[in-house]
Amino acid sequence: MGGRAARPSRPGGIAPPEEIVDRTAGPGDAWLPGPWAGEREPALGAVAVFGGVYSNHIALRAAIADAKARGADQALCLGDLGAFGPHPDRTAELLREHRVPVVRGNYDDSVARGLPDCQCGYTDARDNRFAALSYEYTLSRTSLTHRQWMARFPPRLRFRLGPARVLAFHGSPRRMNEFLWETTTPTHFLEAMAERYRADVLVGTHTGLHWSRSIPGKGCYINVGALGRPANDGRTEVWYAILRAGPDGSIDHEFVPLAYDHEALAAEMAAESLPPEFIETIRTGWWTTCLEVLPAKERARGAF
Amino acid sequence: MTGAVAGVQRGASRPIHRLAGEPPERPRPSPTVDLESLDELWIQVSGTVCNLRCRHCFISCSPDNHSFWFMTRAQVREVLEDSRSLGVKEYYYTGGEPFMNRELEGILEDTMALGPATVLTNATLIPPRRARRLAEIASASIYSLELRVSLDGVTPEDNDAIRGEGTHARCVEGIRRLVEVGFLPIITAMRSWPEDETDRVLADFREDLARVGYDRARIKILPPIRIGEEANRTRGYDETERVTHEMLHGYDLGQLLCTRARLVTAAGVYACPILLGYPSAHLAPTLRRAAALPATLAESACYTCYVSGAICSNIAPSAGADR
Repeated sequence: MGGRAARPSRPGGIAPPEEIVDRTAGPGDAWLPGPWAGEREPALGAVAVFGGVYSNHIALRAAIADAKARGADQALCLGDLGAFGPHPDRTAELLREHRVPVVRGNYDDSVARGLPDCQCGYTDARDNRFAALSYEYTLSRTSLTHRQWMARFPPRLRFRLGPARVLAFHGSPRRMNEFLWETTTPTHFLEAMAERYRADVLVGTHTGLHWSRSIPGKGCYINVGALGRPANDGRTEVWYAILRAGPDGSIDHEFVPLAYDHEALAAEMAAESLPPEFIETIRTGWWTTCLEVLPAKERARGAF
Repeated sequence: MTGAVAGVQRGASRPIHRLAGEPPERPRPSPTVDLESLDELWIQVSGTVCNLRCRHCFISCSPDNHSFWFMTRAQVREVLEDSRSLGVKEYYYTGGEPFMNRELEGILEDTMALGPATVLTNATLIPPRRARRLAEIASASIYSLELRVSLDGVTPEDNDAIRGEGTHARCVEGIRRLVEVGFLPIITAMRSWPEDETDRVLADFREDLARVGYDRARIKILPPIRIGEEANRTRGYDETERVTHEMLHGYDLGQLLCTRARLVTAAGVYACPILLGYPSAHLAPTLRRAAALPATLAESACYTCYVSGAICSNIAPSAGADR
């Protein structure tokens, strides 16, 4: 969706107040479409936000059910549907079936356009070797229909939660594949982003590690983590976030650890001959690859 | 990142044949690029003063090179204050040898209150007390403190031929002390070996570092920068190794450090940390003014940045723009 910000196309969508269309939406931004498929629009009080799915369709299915059970009115996904896991089409089918809006991640951009690499931004030779294996697998197994669907993902999505203006994106508001790590992202940088993009709450993923920080006088930044692989903490759960409108106009967010049948995923990955290093991560909760982009503190918390 | 190329006229055509009687073509000025965003602030905290005299140093630092002097904690504080409103993401301290500056620990404390810091060091001035102090500074902050340690060979023979007699042992001891207090230093080596041997060299580095207790070594290999001492040690750039206007067409400008960084020194602000002292790279007396000015790709060293992509950053910017 390019050009001017679009109004919701379906009845039951969240109608943005007029002044937001004029003043806060940037080029290429889209509005969050309607609520969960098949339901009438509730007052939007809680939104589940899924980070990179990395083809972990088993966790995605569990997350959708979990979010509904926790009372989320709507869900959205911040992109990177493919990579790492098996059968990329299954993730796409689930998101389409449940009409979960998706923001464009670097993986989706690459797969949609058939680019030579995933634009993950690794610089280490070993990391790049694994990234290439994963990308080649995903690209060759994503159907043309899904690739065409991915090509339509907006780079950013806006919605209101209570009075708060929320801006959702993949890496950073300004760049799809920019890493915003907890220990290398200054608060004044987040403040500048919130100001420049006219938002109170910034919501992203891309790093695979969940964290948040309040922005003094503004709102907050929330990295929702990833559904695709565990958070490099020795636990097998994956993470997503639920954002809720607080009673006083504030936004509360909750990071949700999600247990799912990770052994079933590991078995599917083995059957697809995906690298044993990836399977080890699913089974142990420790990252084994793509480590060289981690800053000192994030790296020190892991096992490798 | 797809920024505008200041000074480049897209689509400007040049005649293939010069007609008789036409005046000879004047050389075109070098291309210039705007600062897209000031993500990295480099600070020449120890000027050109170093305790070593490395044979590959592209800015020829040494104990007696006083072309650029130390920056004081008060001077750095002013720069840090300016940096907040400029949206800086990362702070890099370089020299010379930053630990020659006695105020560095205090400067790092000031910095780590604002954002992540990286120190580029030879690790020969890290007694146990300093290693412990650095660990305290790091753990008191929510941000990462990176120590980037230069080691230019796996063996003392290879390293010391470049960095000086006995430096391998002293550097490895510094690394051991940093690892002991919980750091994971980024070992930085200039590639002085044939490119196809890099995998073997990396494996040897890892084996060697594991012996001093660093069993998950982070290693960054840099290409040679053929200016300063390195031009004497091997060779300088040849005439074809320059960035031209044509080379920038379709190029991801985010790969050039000068679109994302500036270098602050005790004597003005430069376009990047490689071109310290080059008049073409000297932009302005203050950071705020330098941030508003484009950088000129006039030097041959710009060619290395163009080919290898912002080699100075801890992590190179991701290829691919936000489309």
